[in-house]
Formats: sequence, C-alpha cells, structure tokens
Amino acid sequence: MSRLSTRALVAVLLLVAGVSHGSRAASGAPPKFKSGVFDPPRAAPAFELAGSNGSPLKLTQFLGKVVILQFGFTYCPKICPVTLTNVTQAFELLGKESADVQLIFVTVDPARDTPERLREYLSFFNPNFLGATGPEEKLQAVNDEYGVVATKASSPDKQLRYEVHHTSSIYLIDRAGMLRVMVPFGKEPKAIVHDLKLLLEK
Amino acid sequence: MTFPRPLRTLLGASAAVVLGGVLWAAFTPVVFDSHEELFEIPKGTWARRRAGAKIEILPQEIRLVVDMRNILVLRNLDDVPQIFGPTLIMPGQSFRLPFEKAAEYQFECSAHLSGQMTVVVDEPLTSPWARLRWRARRAAKKVLHA
Repeated sequence: MSRLSTRALVAVLLLVAGVSHGSRAASGAPPKFKSGVFDPPRAAPAFELAGSNGSPLKLTQFLGKVVILQFGFTYCPKICPVTLTNVTQAFELLGKESADVQLIFVTVDPARDTPERLREYLSFFNPNFLGATGPEEKLQAVNDEYGVVATKASSPDKQLRYEVHHTSSIYLIDRAGMLRVMVPFGKEPKAIVHDLKLLLEK
Repeated sequence: MTFPRPLRTLLGASAAVVLGGVLWAAFTPVVFDSHEELFEIPKGTWARRRAGAKIEILPQEIRLVVDMRNILVLRNLDDVPQIFGPTLIMPGQSFRLPFEKAAEYQFECSAHLSGQMTVVVDEPLTSPWARLRWRARRAAKKVLHA
C-alpha cells in the first residue's frame, strides 16, 4: 500500500477513535406511563347505554373512579378474552384498590350481545365488570367519539356466522372523567397496574 | 496484473475511506437527541385531503430502539380530529406511546390502506453489528426518500 493511502487509513482510524470517545448517551426523561398518553387529555365522551346489570349505564356515574373502557364482543375469538384476562389479573394485583376501578365493556355487536349475554360473559372474568349495549346507531356514535373502528367480517366458524374486527386497545379514564391513556393490545397486567396506580393517586 | 502507481494510490485511498466509514458506523455509538420519534399532522391536512391531495404522514413501518429512541409521538396540528396511527387525536393534542420491549407491534391504522401500522422496536444498539445495520437502514431510507 502506498504511503499516501496508509496515511489516509491512519487518519480515518484516528477520526473514528476520536468520535467514539466524544460520543454521549441519549438524553431525555423516561416515560411516566407505560402505555400511550394523551396530552393534553380531553373529557372522555359521555354516553348512556343499557347496562348488563339491567340498569341504564351512564359514563358520568363513575366519576370518582378510574374507568377502563373496552370495546369488543362476547363472541370475539382472540382479542377480547386476552384483554379481559389481563385486566382481571390487573384487578387481582391491585387488591383493595381495585374497588376504585370500573371496567366497562361496550359491545361492537349489539345484535348478539344482549345485557344478559354480556353479564354472563363478563362474570366469567369478574362479577363487577359491566357491559354496555344499545341501538347500533347509538353505539356507532360512541365508537366515532373514541375513534374506535368496528367492521363486520365473515367468520371461519360457520356457527358464529360473522365476527367483528375491532379496535383492540383499551382506554383509561381518570377519576375526573378525563380520557388519559390508551393501552395497546397485549400489554401485560403489571404494566396496566402501573398506569392504573398513577391514575388512582389523588 | 500491475496497476500504475497513481491508480494504486487512488484504490488504496478509496479502500481506506470505505473501511473507515464502515468502522465508524460500527464503532461509533448512535446518539439520539431525544427518546421521541415525532410525527405531526400539519395544519390544513384535512382540507388538502378533502381537495383530493394524497398525503401520507405515517410510514407503513416505524423503527424504534429500546432505551434510546423508544417513544412514538403523534401530534395533530390540524383543525379537526384525526385518526392518526392507532388512535383518534384531537386538534392540538399529542399521543405519546412508549415501548419497553424489542418486538414487532401491529396497530390498526385507518390512515393506511392496509389498515395496519407496524412499529418495529430494536434491541439497544450496543453491538457494532447492530449499529452498522441501523445506520445502513437509515442511509437506505434517506436515499429511497430523496
């Protein structure tokens, strides 16, 4: 190799060494919540639907509690059972504090999810979980307010006839009724508990 | 076969520069100015879309890095609510989604034709090979979008 190219190589290596030595770690504070946070938060869109407990269910009646809002359907084969299992485990991890948390499961399949069917399904996970249903137009308005997508699709299971592809995230609403957090599908119970505890702080 | 001396010098120098570039890319730590990867919907986007303009703001795939570039921030600067990535974002509102584990995440996203958005979160860029791959991918992306 010629003297010139040897010098070039040495110069490049020195440059690499210099840059490496002078580099620094990334800056920035770690996130407080483990899920997605809205900033600034907005008031959670209000709704009044038929509750699985046989009474009208108004979102505003839960002011003072932290609300977990889930959109799904009882015949959901994959998404809803996983999310409800994670939330059930989160409730168990919370212990006594879970008394200040209310899960509301808003159906995206009102044709099949009657209040009775919702009660039966949800009580399998936690008897305190509440379902909500209503006329299709009313539910669609709620979906639109939250940005929830729900579309009917054919089901590989002929007995089910159809399934509903729907938003898989859940929403956390704080004690003051503000929509604060969106928890992506699959978030583990400990992470959900972490965020619930932050919202439960008075 | 022997090359003339000026050509040998040129080839040697070129090889040194390439080698230096590869070594730099592999051994220099990747530095991010913040943990956040920000995407914004500019003001007027809704009106422009309504007028027929095809505007893509979010790429089909977003790449992040655990502990380094691990927060996806979506900000709506438009005057109307927007379905942006996996959620509905009000005018002036931001959505900040942190990732703690390296994995491939799929989100529903009505802004994409496929209805899906993928966020790939890589392991921290601690090995030379990981840094080299990250930089090569970034460079390729810049070239493709130039």
